[in-house]
Amino acid sequence: MSDNGLIGTDHVPKDLLAKITGRAKYAEDFRADGMVFAKLLLSPVPRGRVRSLDVRAAMDMEGVLGVLTPDDVPSISGATEPILANEPLYQGQPIAAVAAVDETTAAEAVERLRLDIQRLPFALDPVESLRPGGPNGRDGGNVMKDGEVDTLKWSSAEISRFESDTFPDDLPVTDEWSVGDLEAAFAASDLVIEEAMVYQSQTHHPLESRSAMAYWRNGRVFIHCSTQSVSQTRRAFAGYLDMDEEDVVVISEFCGGAFGSKIRGSLSDMIPALLSQKVGRPVMRRVTRDEETAFGRARPGLQGWIKIGFRSDGKVLALDSLMIQDNGPFGRSGDMVMFGNVLSLAYQPEAMRHRATSVFTNTPPRSAQRAPGGLQGSAMVEPLLDRAARELGVDRMAMMKLNAPQGRARFGPNQNELTSAFVHEAVDRAVELFGWNEKKEWNGRANGSKVTGVGVGFAPFVGGSSGFDGLILIRPDGKLYIHQGIGNLGTHSMLDTARAANDVLQHPWDDTEVVWGDTGKGLPWSSTQSGSQTTHAHTRANHAAAHALREKLQEIAAGDLGGSAGDYDVAQGRVFRRGSPGTGLTFAQAAERAIALGGRYSGEELPDDLDPMTVHAVRRMVGEGLISAVKDPYSHDGSTWSSVITCCVVEVDQETGVVEMKEIVSVTDCGTVLNPRSLEAQVHGGVIQGMSSALLERWAFDPRWGANSNKRFYTAKPITILDVPSRPLEFAALDMADPETPVGARGVGEPPVGAGAAALISAITGALGGRYLNRTPITPDKIVALLEGSRTGYGRMQTHV
Amino acid sequence: MSILDILSADRSVSRRTFIKGVIAAGATASSASYLFRGPGVARAQGAPGAVERLLTLNVNGQDRRVDVLPQETLAMTLRYKLGLTGTKLGCDRAECGACSVLVDGVPHYACSVLTHQVRNRRITTIEGLASSDGDLHPVQQAVYDEAGFQCAFCAPGFIMTMVGALQVNPNPTRAEMAQALSGNLCRCADYDKILDSAMRAAEYSRPQA
Ligand code: FES
Ligand code: FES
Repeated sequence: MSDNGLIGTDHVPKDLLAKITGRAKYAEDFRADGMVFAKLLLSPVPRGRVRSLDVRAAMDMEGVLGVLTPDDVPSISGATEPILANEPLYQGQPIAAVAAVDETTAAEAVERLRLDIQRLPFALDPVESLRPGGPNGRDGGNVMKDGEVDTLKWSSAEISRFESDTFPDDLPVTDEWSVGDLEAAFAASDLVIEEAMVYQSQTHHPLESRSAMAYWRNGRVFIHCSTQSVSQTRRAFAGYLDMDEEDVVVISEFCGGAFGSKIRGSLSDMIPALLSQKVGRPVMRRVTRDEETAFGRARPGLQGWIKIGFRSDGKVLALDSLMIQDNGPFGRSGDMVMFGNVLSLAYQPEAMRHRATSVFTNTPPRSAQRAPGGLQGSAMVEPLLDRAARELGVDRMAMMKLNAPQGRARFGPNQNELTSAFVHEAVDRAVELFGWNEKKEWNGRANGSKVTGVGVGFAPFVGGSSGFDGLILIRPDGKLYIHQGIGNLGTHSMLDTARAANDVLQHPWDDTEVVWGDTGKGLPWSSTQSGSQTTHAHTRANHAAAHALREKLQEIAAGDLGGSAGDYDVAQGRVFRRGSPGTGLTFAQAAERAIALGGRYSGEELPDDLDPMTVHAVRRMVGEGLISAVKDPYSHDGSTWSSVITCCVVEVDQETGVVEMKEIVSVTDCGTVLNPRSLEAQVHGGVIQGMSSALLERWAFDPRWGANSNKRFYTAKPITILDVPSRPLEFAALDMADPETPVGARGVGEPPVGAGAAALISAITGALGGRYLNRTPITPDKIVALLEGSRTGYGRMQTHV
Repeated sequence: MSILDILSADRSVSRRTFIKGVIAAGATASSASYLFRGPGVARAQGAPGAVERLLTLNVNGQDRRVDVLPQETLAMTLRYKLGLTGTKLGCDRAECGACSVLVDGVPHYACSVLTHQVRNRRITTIEGLASSDGDLHPVQQAVYDEAGFQCAFCAPGFIMTMVGALQVNPNPTRAEMAQALSGNLCRCADYDKILDSAMRAAEYSRPQA
């Protein structure tokens, strides 16, 4: 890297001042002249068919401006989610929306909508749907096969095998892959462990719900929403509305949390947009916490079996997994696929088979949630490695190192190769930072009714994509403008990745404006701010755009001042002749010259591999300065993954089942560090969030009415400040560059949740003398039931308990 | 004990107490905190309890005249009538603390306080913390210096609670600070940094020797 040195140093995010003074505007903070309000009619039943919807009484109310019904929204096919449903597939699915001059009137009008709905049989638990004669979540079936809705049922005998005490060898599934000779690998194993597990579904619950406001002007729609990724949201919305994306303006400067639930905004953002079109007024549609639980998003639960064969030194030889995914009503979630990939990468088995089926249920819609599939895999399988280490008498950390993916490790059904991994170094670092060799002895130490548990979790996850566009310009004010089409989630990557450009141009951060959050400002085509792609994808795109800008500066200077482009250097807002720094142009002068020169300097001529969205963004700025827009040209050989190792100490009260967290230490291998302080916060936040997932967050349904009874914070129960150790958490990043990307940085949003959940479950298992709680959330009642050996009141494979 | 007394005695007003207050104010519970009427329609419909009254509120040191419905929450008045959108709504039901403001220096959930009940009280919101010439409040400065918060939707609420907490206990331990902040949720789980910020805020707030 250059010696400007912004990469790798702490900085206060430029948008922080707005956030702490109340000036930061989130979606519900915008107002428009003549703005009216929408309220929604939600499905009262988990699955039904609307026989009739009479809107007359609502429309007769003073102050009501219009009603949006399923007939007003684009029709859909297959298992796609509709904007409004005639055949709702979960309780709380939007059926209609009323716009009125104020929210009270809109709500009263919703009460006057006369809905006649036929109740249909519904499925809440995937296993129920797989039973002979069990309910299907959709018309035409309960699973997706080859892109079509299909039906899969197990015989009573097959169901019993799934629910029995031993690993079920052959059950019909929709998806299956294997590598290596599984039978031989198990035969060669000295220890085989098999275990059933249930990881529950859970709502993302961003603190900011998905409220949105929309209005139309001259055929263009303006949508203020909460999204993870601005440019990608614009394209998605244009698709939903069947409009040119140039006529869709997305404004989302701040996003109050999302965790995968707002990757391309929300389909429900189309409700205020379409309603606004219908009534001719700006429409604000606020989303309550209950509504967020209903049509916000949730992580798919996984239920199934794992069987692992170990060599006597702890090496994983064979791994066999069978997972049933609680899919919700639409599409098909990728968690069950990632589950297999993560295990394959994490343990590098010589042979592996992964079987899975995603079953439709009439429960809230799913989407990726931070480390989709990876969290579930790491959380449930790491404690089994603990058990193996105990039984084989090998050190858990030595075993982690023995199995860890290192360097260009291969994984998954296609045996893809990593770009790099430095897990051996991370294990060593974690052992040292946590004091593993001393603290592992604390396991099982009793103090009154409390027992100490010590655990570790290793979690890898995808850490980057490539191939997106960078857009940077210098305006005649001499400042550098870095346009970012990614979102602003609070990970600070929106700003951190911009700094890659500053280092190339040796340009001071204070003289830099980052432009983001409003497609009306001309934003390039960008990755989704999800799957930990951004850090990798946009350090690359900005690095490339800065290089191209640098070349243009050199050319302009050479043209004006003589010599060849290579004679010039760029730093501190100037392009100057090497060896004679007095000869040169300021950025302001260079911008003026670019405008005069036109062509490839002013944005008139562009590379032809740019995405149309980037081209459109530049078109509006032609002639405003020296413009550089390029598509990420760098090679990207291999799959980019990062990982986190978390160690923790807990105390479990054997009388009450309450778990107290005492210490948490995390180490990450995520390539070059961009912003140490933000990275640390990101990892700690993820680790704690993963622990929240494993310990507290819960879904339960009324079996008769299909209603979710954990709709709010106090019942769904995300972790609070009192649950985390009051002593500061500890952290280290390896800061070893990934060789397959110019800045060396990989993303790391996802892995900490799996590491946190795995460490916590392992620590609890350690405290309980190796007794493994094979389902989440590990609430106190489950711990007490396990210790007392009492009946639990739910089946071995039952979900939502 | 009046509702007002209950509210001022304890910020963690129970939902039940709050609903009783709303019912006493002549409105239905469901329309109390989330729904509101714009001027005109409310009167036109003549619904019970739908009459706005002009009152004076002291917000961030200024007297503001505002028409308020009997069932209107302070959060709605601040956000939709006074343009103070820094106060966030995360749950609207006294579960998350995103809406925390100070009433006479004491943190309250603005989603669960009726505006009518805080007449003649001093209300401070996140917008009122920095001085008029832009100097940050010591608590804001501490958060800034720690680069605290991620998505920051919880930040205004946490900051207001920190300000209130430090007035009661200027020398908190980390555990005491966690207790004081336990009525606020951060879904990004940035709790470690929040506690770092709060401890630094305590340091900045102490009178310099
Ligand atoms: S919005 Fe008031 S406590 Fe959550
Ligand atoms: S920083 Fe996102 S909720 Fe606290």
